[in-house]
Amino acid sequence: MIIKKTINAFVTAWKGLALTLKHFLSVNKRRKSIDIKSDNYFDQKEGIVTVQYPHEKMPVPELGRYQLDVVIDDCIVCDLCAKICPVDCIEIESIKGTGPIGVTSDGTTKRLYAPKFDIDMAKCMYCGLCTAVCPTECITMTDTYDRSVTNVAELTYKFSYMTPEEAKLRREELAVQQAEKQAIKDAALLKAAQEKGKI
Amino acid sequence: MNFYIISILLALLLFSFVAAFALFAVYAERKIAGFIQDRLGPTENGKYGSLQTLADILKLLQKEFIIPSAADKILFSLAPIIIFISVYMGFAGLPWSAGVIPISLNIGVVYIFAIISIESIGILMAGWGSNNKYSLLGALRSVAQVISYEIPSGIAIVSAVMIAQTLDMNAIALRQGIGTPETIWFLGFWDVSHVGGIFSWHIFQAPHLIIAYAIYFIASLAECNRAPFDIPEAESELVAGFHTEYTGLRFGFIFLGEYSMMFLVGMVGVVLFLGGWNTPLPNIGALKLADWTSGIAWGIFWTFSKVLVIVGVQMWIRWTLPRVRIDHLMDLCWKVLTPLAFLCMLCSGVWRLLIM
Repeated sequence: MIIKKTINAFVTAWKGLALTLKHFLSVNKRRKSIDIKSDNYFDQKEGIVTVQYPHEKMPVPELGRYQLDVVIDDCIVCDLCAKICPVDCIEIESIKGTGPIGVTSDGTTKRLYAPKFDIDMAKCMYCGLCTAVCPTECITMTDTYDRSVTNVAELTYKFSYMTPEEAKLRREELAVQQAEKQAIKDAALLKAAQEKGKI
Repeated sequence: MNFYIISILLALLLFSFVAAFALFAVYAERKIAGFIQDRLGPTENGKYGSLQTLADILKLLQKEFIIPSAADKILFSLAPIIIFISVYMGFAGLPWSAGVIPISLNIGVVYIFAIISIESIGILMAGWGSNNKYSLLGALRSVAQVISYEIPSGIAIVSAVMIAQTLDMNAIALRQGIGTPETIWFLGFWDVSHVGGIFSWHIFQAPHLIIAYAIYFIASLAECNRAPFDIPEAESELVAGFHTEYTGLRFGFIFLGEYSMMFLVGMVGVVLFLGGWNTPLPNIGALKLADWTSGIAWGIFWTFSKVLVIVGVQMWIRWTLPRVRIDHLMDLCWKVLTPLAFLCMLCSGVWRLLIM
C-alpha cells in the first residue's frame, strides 16, 4: 500500500517535472505573433509566448476595436453617434447650410456643417456603438491603441477642421437666409391678412 | 594576529560569495520560472535582464525600515540577522576542495546540522515579533516543519556518516574519490580506490544511500522552506508568512538567508553523498580522467558545478510541483521518510559490518 503510494508519488512528480523540463528546453523557440485569422494560429504549441510589447506588436485587425477615427468629409452631422454613446464622449455642434453643401463618398447629400466634432478618448469605453449607427460609416474604430499623453486634454480628439471664422461666416449666412425666409413669410402673412381684411 | 586577519578575510570572502550567489540565484530563479512557464523572465535591465537583481537590491537598500508599532522591536530587528547569520556560519564548515575548508572541524557534520537549525529560531522570532497573525502562523508552520524534517534528514546524514566512519566533512569528501586513504568498493564488490569518478561516490559505494540521499533532498527542500514545502510563506494563504512585515534591508537579509540556505543544503548533500569536490569522471584504463581532473582548482569547480545543478533541480521542482498541504507534509515526514531513514541507517550498519 505505502510502497504503491510512494511509487505513484514519484511517477506523478516525474510526469510534472518532465512536462516543465520540456517547456524549459523549448526556450529558444518563439511563438510568432501571427494574425488570429490565419489558419495555423493554433498550430504553434511550444515556445515562448511573451510579446515584448513596445519592441514588437501583435497583429491586430485593421478595423480593430481601438481608437476612433472620423472622416469628417463623409459626416452628415446627423448626431446619431453622440446620441447612442453610453458615456457621452462625443460632442457635436451643427450649423445648417443654406442649401446642399456637398455629397459624401457614398452619395448622401450633406446639409449641415460641423464646426465642432470632438471625441473624448479618455471617456470612450470602446463599445463601438457609434460605428454601428453611423449612416455613412464615417466614424470607424482603427487599429491604433497605444496613446499616452501628458495632458489629459490631448485625449480629446478634434475632427472638425472648420475655423471659428468660417463657422461665424456660416452662421451669418444662415441668419441672412433665415431672415430672408422670415421676411418672405411675414410678407405672405401680411398679404393674407390684408386680403382677409378686404373680404 | 595573522590568524585573525585571515579569519576576517575568509569571513568577508564567504559573505561576498553568499551575496553574489544570492543575486545570481534570484536572477536564475526568475529566468527558470519564466522559461518553464513559456515566458521570458526579466529582460529589460542589462543584457538579457542580467542586472535585474542588482537593481532590486539597490531598491531594497533605499527603502525605509518600518517597524509596526505593535511589534516586539528587539525580536523584530534581531530576527533577520539571526536568520542570515545562522546560514552564513554554516558555510564555515563546508569543504570546497581538498583541504580548502574555512574551518576544519572534526565534528563538521554535527556543527553544520546544529547551525542550520538555529534558522528556525530566527523565523519564530520574526513571526512572533511581527505581532501579526499571518506572520505567526507562517512562523509556527515553519518551525513545525523544520523541526520535523530535521529528523529524517539527520538520520539520512547519519547513515552516510556510518559508511564514512567520520564526522569531518573534509575526510568524508576525501574518501569518495581517488585520493581515498582506505579501500573503497563500488556497490561492495569492485575496488574503485584507483578508479575514482562517479563510481566512488557515497551513493554508489552503498546503494541504499541513494534512498538516503532522496530522503535528505526532500527534507532539505522542507528545511529551506522551498516549494513544494513552502507553506510557511504560502503567498496564497499567508500573504508572505513570517516576513510579511519586513521592509528594506531586513527583508533583503531574510531573502539572502533563504537563497544561501539553498546553496548550503545542496552543498551538504553534495559533500555527504555526491562525492564532494571529487570529479565525476573515472579513470578508464590509460585514460586517467580522474587524475587529470583532480586538484585544488578542479575541486572548487566540481563542488561549485555539482551544487549549482542541485540548486537548479530545487528551482525546477519549485516551479513544477504544487504546494503540499500541512497534514500531508507531516504525514510524509513522520510516516514515510522517518521510517525509511531509520531503515537506511540500519542498512548502513549492516553494510559496514558485513560488506565493507
